[in-house]
Amino acid sequence: MRDAFPQVLYEITKIVPKVFYVIADTPPAASMAPFRRDYPERFINVGVSEQSMISLCAGLAMRGCRPFAFAIAPFAAFRPFEHIRVELCYQNLPVVLVGMGAGVTYSILGGTHNAIEDIAVMSALPNMSIIAPCDPEELKSAVWACIRHFGPIYLRLGKAGERNLTADATGPFEFGKIRCIKPGSDVCILGYGPILSMAFDAARQYESANGGAVAIYSAHTLKPLDTAGIKTLLERYRQIVVLEEHSSVKTLGGQVKEIAWDIHSGAGIATCSLKDEFIHLYGSKDDLLRAHGITVEVLLSKLSTGR
Amino acid sequence: MSFGPFDVAASKKRCRQIRRRILEMSRNVAALHVGGAFSCTETLDTIYYGLMRRGADGEFQDSFILSKGHAAIALYAILEQLRILDTHDIETYCTPQGRLGAHPDRGLPGIEASTGSLGHGLGMASGMALHDKVFNQDRVTYVVMSDGELQEGSVWEMVLHAPALGLNSLVAFVDYNNLQSLAYTSDTHPNFYPITPKLEAFGWEAVEVDGHDQKAVFDAVTSRSGKAPFFVVCKTIKGKGVSYMENQPVWHFRSPNDEEFQQAMQELAEKD
Repeated sequence: MRDAFPQVLYEITKIVPKVFYVIADTPPAASMAPFRRDYPERFINVGVSEQSMISLCAGLAMRGCRPFAFAIAPFAAFRPFEHIRVELCYQNLPVVLVGMGAGVTYSILGGTHNAIEDIAVMSALPNMSIIAPCDPEELKSAVWACIRHFGPIYLRLGKAGERNLTADATGPFEFGKIRCIKPGSDVCILGYGPILSMAFDAARQYESANGGAVAIYSAHTLKPLDTAGIKTLLERYRQIVVLEEHSSVKTLGGQVKEIAWDIHSGAGIATCSLKDEFIHLYGSKDDLLRAHGITVEVLLSKLSTGR
Repeated sequence: MSFGPFDVAASKKRCRQIRRRILEMSRNVAALHVGGAFSCTETLDTIYYGLMRRGADGEFQDSFILSKGHAAIALYAILEQLRILDTHDIETYCTPQGRLGAHPDRGLPGIEASTGSLGHGLGMASGMALHDKVFNQDRVTYVVMSDGELQEGSVWEMVLHAPALGLNSLVAFVDYNNLQSLAYTSDTHPNFYPITPKLEAFGWEAVEVDGHDQKAVFDAVTSRSGKAPFFVVCKTIKGKGVSYMENQPVWHFRSPNDEEFQQAMQELAEKD
């Protein structure tokens, strides 16, 4: 994703005027090279200064520009938080804040580099929208959606090597709408971000063991959330598992349960998310997810429970 | 860049009017910042009447951000003089019937940025100046900060970077009244003074002037080299213009009672 993002931004900049690419000393340099080469005056590296990254973008947006602020997720979302709140959200400016390597992507770098509560924090801000695409293709659509939307957006990315998950999607990416990326009639996994690759692994095993078909939906737009679309899922499937590479606090799983309560849904709902704990474990991303109870086996068991 | 004549005598008269108007507004609401509004009155008047250029359509060509948003009441008085805000706006200040609060809100007439939280204006002004540089716009972006605001780390991120970005159309003022809400800034941060050498060390062109001397402020800005972002340290007196308010921290928050109001209005009466 970190390579797909500069590629699509470069394509957009050929068409859309006044796009700026503002980074806080954020790698990788190679994929940014075409943008830097062709738009050097609009590629700004503020250095290790995330507050001024936001402020520069705010001022640019006040002049009608379309800035993208790009940093590693915890330094995009947490370090300059009050600048995001006051400058971007209070003033409702069209700045896209790109958090790269969210969740536990930086698995050996420790809690300083994990972003497992970023969606909860960003969700709390009025005017803020949140998009978390699941693969590089969905990312490309998401960046275009950011350009069409007029207001602050937090765009949550993985890092590198994400599988393509949307080749069999039943419809195109649409801002604010959940998207079926694998049809199925029996049970459903709803989630966002690259961790949906685990949903495909679980679906394959479930289907070979139990028959039936597992549907997978990408809830790429976390805010505004597609309440109507989720109601439809609750009516259609007897069991829904919400899969998130995020802590359990104030995010998608809880919102699905709220919607279910509002419509008196009888569907079974299970959540599979990171714990509300800082992570002091070092290893692969799968090691960290396993330590927090996110594995294919856990997903399978949660798909099978319920009525 | 050319500037029209700046009539200092007229500015002094306007500043007395602005201060009287601030006191009139202060009678209606309990919480405001008279002291910090009075300390930057001459600076704001010089910016609006001396420095900011207008296009053929009468609209300001240059930009202004009041980063020390707590001095909004002074800005409102000027915008009323300029008929950008109307009297009803002023009379309904800080009431549900009005639209003006104690801090500026972007989108209202004459207000380019929402401020009130300190440490935001310089960065936003820098983004505006960056746009103007990249797209060759002939526009100066002015920003007024407080000296307490210079304790915010975000200010120094931008101080460090603005000269490297070549933001030579950026002109920042600091209202150096040496008082924050509770203390003298030179007591809490004694090693920060004098201010200008720190700014110069980071690549700014910087001068210190008497912030109540309009001509000095005007001359400083109009004679800058234009080869670096420019910083004017305006040495001021909090509560300037009313004897019992000057250098008294309590006037960061207080509103005058009837007796104090009458005395202040007498001190600010036309003397000519």
